[in-house]
Amino acid sequence: MNAEAEVREMEAAVLRPVTERSRTFILFVLAAVAVILWALYAWSVQLRNGLEVTGMRNHVSWGFYITNFVFWIGISHAGTFISAVLRLTGVGWRTPVVRMAEFMTVGALLVGGAMPVVDLGRPDRILNLIYHGQLNSPILWDLLSVTSYFTGTLIYLYLPLIPDLATCRDRLSDKVGPLRRWFFHTFSLGWQGTPEQWRLLNKGIRAMCMMIIAVMISVHTVVSFIFAMTWRAGWHSTIFGPYFVIGAIYSGIAAVVTEMWIFRKTFRFQKYITPNHFRWLGNILLAAGLVYFYFTSAEYITAVYKMSEHELGLLQALFHGPYSGYFWSYWIGGMAIPLLLLSLPRTRNMLGIGIASILINIFMWIKRYFIVIPSMAVPLQPTPWGSYSPTWVEISIVAATFAGFALIVGTLGKSVPLIPMWEMAEELEIESDARDLAERKRSAPRPAGPVPGYAPGGGAGR
Amino acid sequence: MPDVTRRQLLRWIGAGGAGVASGVIPFLAAAGQAGDAKGTAREQTLQSTGRQWVMVVDRKKCEGCTTIDKPPRCKAACKKEHFVPEEQNWMEVYEAPDEGGGTYFKPRPCQHCEKAPCEHVCPVEATYYNPDGLVLIDHERCIGCRFCLAACPFQARYFNWGKPENPPGAAFASYSPEYPVPHRIGTAEKCMFCGHRLRQGKLPACVEGCPMQALWMGDLTEDVATNGTEAVRLSAFLHERHAYRDKEELGTRPRVFYLPGHGEDYGR
Repeated sequence: MNAEAEVREMEAAVLRPVTERSRTFILFVLAAVAVILWALYAWSVQLRNGLEVTGMRNHVSWGFYITNFVFWIGISHAGTFISAVLRLTGVGWRTPVVRMAEFMTVGALLVGGAMPVVDLGRPDRILNLIYHGQLNSPILWDLLSVTSYFTGTLIYLYLPLIPDLATCRDRLSDKVGPLRRWFFHTFSLGWQGTPEQWRLLNKGIRAMCMMIIAVMISVHTVVSFIFAMTWRAGWHSTIFGPYFVIGAIYSGIAAVVTEMWIFRKTFRFQKYITPNHFRWLGNILLAAGLVYFYFTSAEYITAVYKMSEHELGLLQALFHGPYSGYFWSYWIGGMAIPLLLLSLPRTRNMLGIGIASILINIFMWIKRYFIVIPSMAVPLQPTPWGSYSPTWVEISIVAATFAGFALIVGTLGKSVPLIPMWEMAEELEIESDARDLAERKRSAPRPAGPVPGYAPGGGAGR
Repeated sequence: MPDVTRRQLLRWIGAGGAGVASGVIPFLAAAGQAGDAKGTAREQTLQSTGRQWVMVVDRKKCEGCTTIDKPPRCKAACKKEHFVPEEQNWMEVYEAPDEGGGTYFKPRPCQHCEKAPCEHVCPVEATYYNPDGLVLIDHERCIGCRFCLAACPFQARYFNWGKPENPPGAAFASYSPEYPVPHRIGTAEKCMFCGHRLRQGKLPACVEGCPMQALWMGDLTEDVATNGTEAVRLSAFLHERHAYRDKEELGTRPRVFYLPGHGEDYGR
């Protein structure tokens, strides 16, 4: 098959889910909306009665909401990490994965960013953060870096989408409703695929790549500072910034793998998302997991060796006290088993890597839980330990963040091409070129930028 | 679509930005002024009395009121004075076993740290210092993020999780950050050293209520302290009685001094 035919086939496959009506998708949307509506009811109960309806009290004053905030901000990392780092380093296989990873960042930031708002005792006064914002509070650092990250992510997601939107505009105008026709038309910004437009686009993408990586690192660093800027046992640590960033990458890439698994099956992208993608991402996941293992060990070993009075109670509670179940199940289910699955040759296949990714997702939530709760429960005065158990309100709202996340990512995936078609076309061209005669390649090297003969909204592929 | 030059685009963005700003800035300014008008109670607390308040807790004398067979009187006096909500104890008296098998008591008001972690982390400056060294909370500004509860190393802060009970006496009180009554849902609370009483030349409710004269109120500028029945030179008193501050190693410089000597675990 020549390159042009391959490109045409790929485009047809990628555009199919965008236009296809699917009953499964509608059922999925209804289910997600039901969970969200229930959580809105739970939130209205909380707004009427105050945070009294949660399990939080004076001793353990942060709970599920803050745990869930850390979890989602962590998930949001991988999207950009995969996309920007791999784009910057020119890794070819990234292409089918980048956009779904970026969708994930958008979804995770939206539901994660809602968590601190839900956690507020006075959400009606949230604008005080603007009128009276104090830059010496880590909460302001969070506010600034999360909103910057969200803005940057949207731009970074949007730029490579422009040529694909132009393709949709040209191809799908008779297959979609007026709303999306308008959307494709307006947001493709008059893209014609001229060399000047390509030059500007590539420049913009490159600049955003670099910026977004810096912002991404800042985000989870300042999330960790919410904890590390206090005196509490377990939080009073210098390692927390990088520790959280690596943890975020670990959990985030696992989420990308799970997502890839789902989209591959539901969108029938088996041809473009191959077992090799799982293996390659599995390698990165393994690397992140090993670094995280190292950080986590360093964090506990330095505390365990000294057994300072300050940390002693917390360590006992984690190792053989009320939190030991969470602690040890994490080491087994969140570290040992997934790292083995990712490194043993026999399990380095789609199933093994997929299972590892789901285990990591679950146990990284638990990890965040036992980072937040026990340190709050430690008594700082001669009192008994604090206790915490979430109420139905907290559980419902946390469940809704998962539903909301799935809904956002699913809807984005159904609305616009999930695989960047023009980048994919470049990849297919490169593969096809490689198969071509070497002399032809030597005599006529591929120009940088767009694929010759392939310009969405332009000539080829029609 | 017509070609748009960068200059044109920038000009549009600039014009749009100016338009938005011209709408938003007066709104923000108006909102800010509204805040100031309400904030007069806060401004009053910023007027100095020329004192630098400290509290001294004589742990040798504190028996947790067990000898008179009552719950701690300081705690009760504080609750009565401020209509403190049920689950909060702005003045708390901890009871713990000592080395010799007995029991020791540790009264704990807010420590009014000179470098208060709760003040540092507050995102809206609802927690602030007044010129007399009090750490106060503006309950009309607090957004209820509870970072201060997480940051306080002394467990001195509380939160109105639900609608706090405001009995008739509390409901009609005129609010000041020094006398935060009536209590407000969704805001942080703690001991204010009875700033409102200090301003009137009265001792804090807990100091007045202590039957053992174990609590002293002092002023660093005049170097005096009193427990209501006798007065001492503060600096000499602290020196001679080997005063220490709780968790001094954290460097928050509390304004509460403890006098040891009841068999307690030192510094805890």
